[in-house]
Amino acid sequence: MRRLFLSSLGACLLALVPQASSQTGVTENVQIGLSTDKVVLTAGFSGTDLTIFGALENIDPLLARQGRYDVIVVLEGPAKPVVVRRKERVLGMWINTKSETFVNVPISYSMATTRMPQDITDPKSYRQLSLGVGAIHMEPLNPRQSPVTLQEFTRALRDRKRATNLYSTNFGGVEFLSQTLFRATLKLAPNVPVGTHKARAFLFRNGAFVKENSAQLAILKSGFEQWIYRSAQVHGFYYGLAAVAVAMVIGWLGRIIFRRD
Amino acid sequence: MGIYLPIAEMSVNALVLLAMGAAVGFLSGMFGVGGGFLITPLLIFYNIPPAIAVATGANQVIASSFSGALAHFKRGSLDFKLGFVLLAGGIVGSSIGAYVFAILRAVGQLDLFISLLYVALLGTVGGLMLIESVNALRATRGGATVTMKKPGQHNWIHRLPLKMRFRASKLFVSVIPVIGIGAAIGFLASIMGVGGGFIMVPALIYMLKVPTNVVVGTSLFHIVVTAAYTTIVHATTNQTVDVILAILLMIGGVAGAQYGAKAGQRLRGEQLRALLALLVLAVALRLAFDLFVRPNDVYSLTNL
Repeated sequence: MRRLFLSSLGACLLALVPQASSQTGVTENVQIGLSTDKVVLTAGFSGTDLTIFGALENIDPLLARQGRYDVIVVLEGPAKPVVVRRKERVLGMWINTKSETFVNVPISYSMATTRMPQDITDPKSYRQLSLGVGAIHMEPLNPRQSPVTLQEFTRALRDRKRATNLYSTNFGGVEFLSQTLFRATLKLAPNVPVGTHKARAFLFRNGAFVKENSAQLAILKSGFEQWIYRSAQVHGFYYGLAAVAVAMVIGWLGRIIFRRD
Repeated sequence: MGIYLPIAEMSVNALVLLAMGAAVGFLSGMFGVGGGFLITPLLIFYNIPPAIAVATGANQVIASSFSGALAHFKRGSLDFKLGFVLLAGGIVGSSIGAYVFAILRAVGQLDLFISLLYVALLGTVGGLMLIESVNALRATRGGATVTMKKPGQHNWIHRLPLKMRFRASKLFVSVIPVIGIGAAIGFLASIMGVGGGFIMVPALIYMLKVPTNVVVGTSLFHIVVTAAYTTIVHATTNQTVDVILAILLMIGGVAGAQYGAKAGQRLRGEQLRALLALLVLAVALRLAFDLFVRPNDVYSLTNL
């Protein structure tokens, strides 16, 4: 599989390392670097791995040797309102009946962790940080809806996102290259949405959240695809005319090339 | 070979789509139908969102019908006056269809409505065709010659007011049923993404008694214009026409149609109709299956 190497601010990161002595009173920090601020999806795009490099600062070497530091890296897609619909049997047919709207749902959510999530910290911290496929906060449009219904639709929303590979977790996808340097491998699904994505890194020490840092990444369609998409959105009428013209030309060419009569 | 569809916003296999276009083109060449009623369900089975499948299906129909319409135009087997009156209805029907389409999409019942229309229409047309062709096959086996139902008998349609003379079709008939048929086909075109030839041809023959020599050309003319109008309306109001998807289907379709036409010449009319009827029924059953069988997941997501 093709890999996109986003980054490695090698020189910078190495410069950070010597400062990472265990000075008391200075809290640890996590940095991530993206060498490019945009990824372009071309016509042949069928999903890829995205690699993000990062470094820890001011860590305690002893704790680091014992493997007490954990990192979770997340790539969050642009947020949009989403309607979750439930089908029920009506007159023998499966028909959408109930629906619930959620606002600000990230279209995609790709997470990489150093270890299994339950080994890093407890479910409560995940909920507080709104971190992880199972813990991101889904904000309903109508908060007065019964909690049971909300819970049901929230779970369905997560399940559907997981089923379409838009939400994914890569357990062990964050590897330490040295005590302070790490590499995170995130999965970009073939249907990854275009727009501004946010890469976030979370640092945990002994199961407690320490620090978060983020960087922005734009995912764009390549020139031609983007041009088609923009024309369809902005100049719908002319786009339609062009689509009709193309169809007529192909129909006409077909007649000339194959000459049936 | 993966290819990214800019409007559907998904990666698909270009070879699968070319093959799909070629298979439908083969069948449409063989049976002399546009193939829209096969393309749209096939795209839906291939996980293309129904809204995009329908609008792109309408776009694809233009290519296959346009070459046919050109041939009829050259031969002169096309009644323009009848075509334009049909179109007057077709444009209205298509506009209403696109409006209904947008409403259904907003309330989340579009997929259901598309499936129901397909099951009802394909089921009825396929069933009737199968009965008719099986009877014809039996009759020929028994040695009798097949005769089409005799046109020319006047029915209630011919007693309606606002009559108009269509010279090329040797018809003197009220414009109400003509506009009505045009509108119904236009409505179906914009909701189902079909040309509607498989409904239009029998309707013109049996209801209006249009002579068979001009019926196909006139219907193709109507289909090209309504499909073009539908494509533009969908592109303007719903932004659901995916040109890349349409082009792949059209290239496959145009090529497949040539071989289909050759294969069709080796089969007899009744056999062809029986096979087409079975095919239509199979698509209807497959869609009905999805409606009545518990889906893998009862939940679905729609981005606003």
